[in-house]
Amino acid sequence: MTRTVVVIGHGMVGHRLVERLRERDTSGDWQVVVLAEEDRPAYDRVALSSYLDGKSAADLSLVDGGFLADPRVQLRLGTAVTGIDRTGRTVSTSDGSVIGYDALVLATGSRPFVPPVPGHDLDGCYVYRTIDDLDAIRDAATEGRPGVVVGGGLLGLEAANALRLLGMTAHVVEMAPHLMPLQVDEGGGQVLSRLVEDVGLRVHCGTATQSIDGRDGRVCSVTLGDGTVVDTDLVVFSAGVRPRDELAEAAGLERGERGGFLVDERCRTADDRVWAVGECAAVEGRCYGLVAPGYAMADVVVDQLLDEGPGTFPGADLSTKLKLLGVDVASFGDAHGSTAGALEVVYANNAAGTYAKLVLSDDAQVLLGGVLVGDAGAFSVLRPLVGRELPAPPEQLLLPTGSGADTGALPADATVCSCNNVSKQDIAAAISEHGLGDVAAVKSCTKAGTSCGSCVPMLKNLLAECGVSTSNALCEHFRQTRAELFEIVRATGISTFSELVDRHGTGRGCDICKPAVASILAGLGHGHVLDGEQAGLQDTNDRFLANMQRNGTYSVVPRVPGGEITPDKLIVLGEVARDFGLYTKITGGQRIDLFGARVEQLPAIWRRLVDAGFESGHAYGKALRTVKSCVGNDWCRYGVQDSVSMAIRLELRYRGLRAPHKIKAGVSGCARECAEARGKDFGVIATERGWNLYVGGNGGFRPRHAELLAADLDDDELVRLVDRFLMFYVRTADRLQRTAAWIESLDGGLEHVREVVVEDSLGIAADLEEAMRRHVEDYRDEWAGVLADPDKLARFVSFVNAPEAPDPTVSFVEQRGQIRPAPVDLPLPAVPSRS
Amino acid sequence: MTWYEICRYDHLQPEFGMSALVGDRVVALFRTRDDELFAVGGVDPFCGAGVISRGIVGDRAGEPVVASPMLKQVFSLRTGRCLDAPEAGLPVYPVRRRDEVVEVAVG
Ligand code: SRM
Ligand SMILES: Cc1cc2nc3c(=O)[nH]c(=O)nc-3n(C[C@H](O)[C@H](O)[C@H](O)COP(=O)(O)OP(=O)(O)OC[C@H]3O[C@@H](n4cnc5c(N)ncnc54)[C@H](O)[C@@H]3O)c2cc1C
Ligand code: SF4
Ligand code: FES
Repeated sequence: MTRTVVVIGHGMVGHRLVERLRERDTSGDWQVVVLAEEDRPAYDRVALSSYLDGKSAADLSLVDGGFLADPRVQLRLGTAVTGIDRTGRTVSTSDGSVIGYDALVLATGSRPFVPPVPGHDLDGCYVYRTIDDLDAIRDAATEGRPGVVVGGGLLGLEAANALRLLGMTAHVVEMAPHLMPLQVDEGGGQVLSRLVEDVGLRVHCGTATQSIDGRDGRVCSVTLGDGTVVDTDLVVFSAGVRPRDELAEAAGLERGERGGFLVDERCRTADDRVWAVGECAAVEGRCYGLVAPGYAMADVVVDQLLDEGPGTFPGADLSTKLKLLGVDVASFGDAHGSTAGALEVVYANNAAGTYAKLVLSDDAQVLLGGVLVGDAGAFSVLRPLVGRELPAPPEQLLLPTGSGADTGALPADATVCSCNNVSKQDIAAAISEHGLGDVAAVKSCTKAGTSCGSCVPMLKNLLAECGVSTSNALCEHFRQTRAELFEIVRATGISTFSELVDRHGTGRGCDICKPAVASILAGLGHGHVLDGEQAGLQDTNDRFLANMQRNGTYSVVPRVPGGEITPDKLIVLGEVARDFGLYTKITGGQRIDLFGARVEQLPAIWRRLVDAGFESGHAYGKALRTVKSCVGNDWCRYGVQDSVSMAIRLELRYRGLRAPHKIKAGVSGCARECAEARGKDFGVIATERGWNLYVGGNGGFRPRHAELLAADLDDDELVRLVDRFLMFYVRTADRLQRTAAWIESLDGGLEHVREVVVEDSLGIAADLEEAMRRHVEDYRDEWAGVLADPDKLARFVSFVNAPEAPDPTVSFVEQRGQIRPAPVDLPLPAVPSRS
Repeated sequence: MTWYEICRYDHLQPEFGMSALVGDRVVALFRTRDDELFAVGGVDPFCGAGVISRGIVGDRAGEPVVASPMLKQVFSLRTGRCLDAPEAGLPVYPVRRRDEVVEVAVG
């Protein structure tokens, strides 16, 4: 007979419990009802901050399609439990339903604690716990303004980082004398303060938040105990959490001394049908604010539901390791040295900004705990050694070890993943028994590495120790990286995707490998991108040599080298736009974009443009985009070199060059840098003596300034170095890796690039230059190529059976005298993100 | 159910989709490398634009798929189901080759 377990709360722990039950309840005894107050299924709260750093809600989700489709699980979102009737064994919910249970699990988590300082309820005060909280903070943030975080613990620093990512100046107020008082000691706290101040945080330790001051019901400033007043309109409270035990009263369940549902070491309340797990549980009176102990509790309860295993909570490892604002912080074991007779060994390097403390037993033999700040590379090795004899002198364990994940020294039963309680031998056994081949497989088979992620470097090493080399596979069809495929194509002369996938891959490819291979083939000069089979490899943008817009129409961006354009050509652009009814806009790349062209109009539009001397601007390609220029010494009274001529020379030289990602460049006529060259993949800035070449810059999501590669070059030296730099990048970078990320990924970084490109340390410079020479020689305008080829033109039709019929899904409305896509009114499914 | 003549078979290149207008319906036609034919709805359910035929054709674990060019969700060519978001999908239409002509049926 099936029984029903009701789980209150679909947070990290509630979800873990349901997952484990689904896996282990193979005879289908239990029917699960999950009642979730939040509107979205469980997500990775530990990684919450990455939501402001590029991850989407879908990326954070812990739930897959199989879970949602499982008939044994009923998940009711946006449904809070408001009452529990233990006699009738039912719970009642905010939407008025009453649900019966055979077993009940409370997994309600915690709520952020908001200290009752005056003004804490003004508009502009936030907490930091849910995706909704982050949405609210993002909406309220104003770039360039100060924001205040109350609380300098782990979460407070995460919140401060969030404000920083939103462009604000973050002030952190911590009552204790140093940051992260729970995890690190005074010495570590001091180093931490210095490091986070270096990245722009303002730290106020040893002082309370006296009041939050308002104007018209909104925050306008914060006054601290030491008299400081911070002018701000945004405050985030991060002053600890309190268990959400508000259901205890009505249900007649007992609370722990400091709150939380009081449970025994089996996580059971006084009622043997009611359990509590995660942050809301006070296990023998104690609450745990980390996810790993919560997961252990979930396992304990599943044991009992299935009548398997001992079902007692084993206690918890409260270690933490995190990277906050680029600063490593870790604390593990008895970090504060509170064991009787404990010895402390401290290594501090003020110049490097690192601090390490190991806590040892009174005979200095056994590791009890430690604190690492600035460089936590040794954490993954040290943590499993807690409670064990040191395998080497302490200072040796602390030395930077490269990956810091040397697993060889670990005993077999050492816990490698403490979030999920998985030991070294468990992982090694899983690798050999199931023939696991990469980190992803180890994660899904053992769950190790699936929570905080700090053990992932060790998983890689364990795979290597077990003789498995880990995969950098491009996708499910190719084991190789993009750089390896490039070398294969170059060495074998393979000229089609089919041949490559047949000989070196599996299956029929996908939207990841096909465009990557198309770019490799194009980079090696295998003809027009729409020749034969190559056409089907291209992203839609390349396939129609134009950028797809939200309603399925395209934009047209002709090349305007260096941003220089004659009045006659400007007039042609205007006439074409007018005649075809296109929306017109000046782009951020010093050229003109014409939007709203239907597929079948593209050839006629380009006919006119090509006849007027325009060519493709490759706005659609992973290729050279623009070389932006300033007016330079032709006109500008400050200019010291002819930046426009140089920009045009460079743009014409590299136009059409296919690359792992787009390439942008800029040339400025003097150090005032009006062309923003240092925001580009390569940037050239004029000096009195010639040109400085900078590489690895970009704007976009993670802006970065280019760094100096070589100085005071003459024209030809400059071109030669750019040739080498770009070809080296095209050959060795990963798919969708811009130059900045590529340089970062190279062993030795910029220095290595300099050795190869400037000093020719690999002896390949001549080869790189030759490859570029061939590119320049072989360049043909892609649009002229299409117009001259009836087969290619035949593809530019709306419908194969009605080539001229306009697409009924396309319509426009008017705005400010031009067209724009009509808003789409669809009951749209939520957009999952794939990148 | 009526069969409509769409185009000559050799008009349809392997792994290069084509759009067709069948009645007022936008249909995306595909021929895989082993010459299997598929016809699915041509309108991307995530954005409402008729762009499915312009997506990249390939396979996911052996299942023939097309990736929408707009936001890259992947759809099975056999079932129309969106493999990245099970609640979304495309209609699937019967398709056949009769001599040198490709035909699609809509009901
Ligand atoms: C049209 C334009 C905006 C405008 O109206 O000004 C634009 C429009 C698009 N940008 Fe951009 N970007 C435009 C200048 C920029 C700039 C400024 C610049 O180039 O000086 C930047 C920041 C500089 C940089 O790239 O480092 C910029 C950073 C991005 C990024 C982020 C890149 C990154 O590395 O983080 C993307 C996303 C991507 O490429 O993956 C992007 C992607 C896009 C795409 C291609 C998005 C898409 O896939 O549809 C847009 C389509 C263009 C189209 O349909 O024609 N666009 N984009 C600009 C075209 C410039 C041109 O003439 O070619
Ligand atoms: C920014 C941030 C960073 C963190 N970093 C780390 C870290 O690095 N390492 C670590 O170990 N931990 C970290 N944590 C803590 C970790 O997220 C929690 O320990 C974990 O989420 C606890 O899981 P839970 O299921 O007990 O609670 P939650 O994940 O909070 O889930 C509880 C759920 O129950 C719902 N609920 C509450 N009451 C009801 C009701 N009456 N009816 C229905 N539903 C209800 C809530 O809405 C919530 O969705 C972090 C937390 C935050 C906020
Ligand atoms: S960068 Fe220098 S030369 Fe160029 S426009 Fe600005 S001030 Fe003039
Ligand atoms: S230690 Fe956190 S995921 Fe392994």
